[in-house]
Amino acid sequence: MKIRVNGEEQVLDGVATLADLIAVLELAGKRVAIEKNGEIVPRSRHGEERLSDGDELEIVVAVGGG
Amino acid sequence: MSQDQLVIAGKAYASRLLVGTGKYRDFAQTAEALDASGAEIVTVAIRRVNLGQNADEPNLLDFLPKNRYTLLPNTAGCYSADDAVRTLRLARELLDDHRLVKLEVLGDPHTLFPNVRETLKAAEVLVKEGFDVMVYTSDDPIVARELADIGCCAIMPLASLIGSGMGILNPWNLKLIIEEAKVPVLVDAGVGTASDAAIAMELGCDGILMNTAIAAADDPVLMARAMKLAVEAGRAAYRAGRMPKRFYSATPSSPSEGVISARK
Repeated sequence: MKIRVNGEEQVLDGVATLADLIAVLELAGKRVAIEKNGEIVPRSRHGEERLSDGDELEIVVAVGGG
Repeated sequence: MSQDQLVIAGKAYASRLLVGTGKYRDFAQTAEALDASGAEIVTVAIRRVNLGQNADEPNLLDFLPKNRYTLLPNTAGCYSADDAVRTLRLARELLDDHRLVKLEVLGDPHTLFPNVRETLKAAEVLVKEGFDVMVYTSDDPIVARELADIGCCAIMPLASLIGSGMGILNPWNLKLIIEEAKVPVLVDAGVGTASDAAIAMELGCDGILMNTAIAAADDPVLMARAMKLAVEAGRAAYRAGRMPKRFYSATPSSPSEGVISARK
């Protein structure tokens, strides 16, 4: 399966849900927010949100800024 | 002293100094400067997570205790209404249904001047979606009025360009905005040192938001304290009401009578 994460193409196998992706990217337990194809996916739905080929994801954190 | 609080979107704050969290040496220095500033509202930016970074990398949010600071996620770096709205929807998700946000839509990478047309567009969407929008804008009184009419909870005109430290370049426009505003007016961007902050507050600004003036000082923690004092001093002077200026007309402070006479 090919998806784009933060603008970078990723080829991933055995990743069915957003929660799987979070684990693969070693982001489990981190404070992040995720948008899939332009829509927010709330944290409570990460376990059930299925990924499919061509999905575009943005995963963000809070950083220093003014 | 009577209560003199800054009220934004129905919440009262004792400090009128809002500070950013960017450009510090490290998170420890950020935390120390924030503490010295006395700020209660602090801005954060929203950025893509570094993929493949080491898992133990510290997180800014761990240095900003929830019970102490109200976070103000911003849309710095956004050049369209759409990107700004998406960024703040992500911020709301990231910060557990957080509503208070700083909207800025830039129009030019060199000057970082706001794109007012896109700012107005984004403000309308965000207000409809229930965000409390503090909005960075140019120092145009008509635009400020339109943003307030849309429902923004604070208008934040620039005093000079973001990160320039040029100070208060157009006090007259700021004053026009302040005199007409139905919502708090905060100077956002341009303050370089403590006297700039005091001048802005003496004009009647409800508060100041700054980042670089503190973070880029040789001693950020000391400058944070200086800014705290300057904002307090400027506010007190504004409330006290300054004496009128008398041009070419000196008046002595000491009695004119009873001066000993010159010896003959």
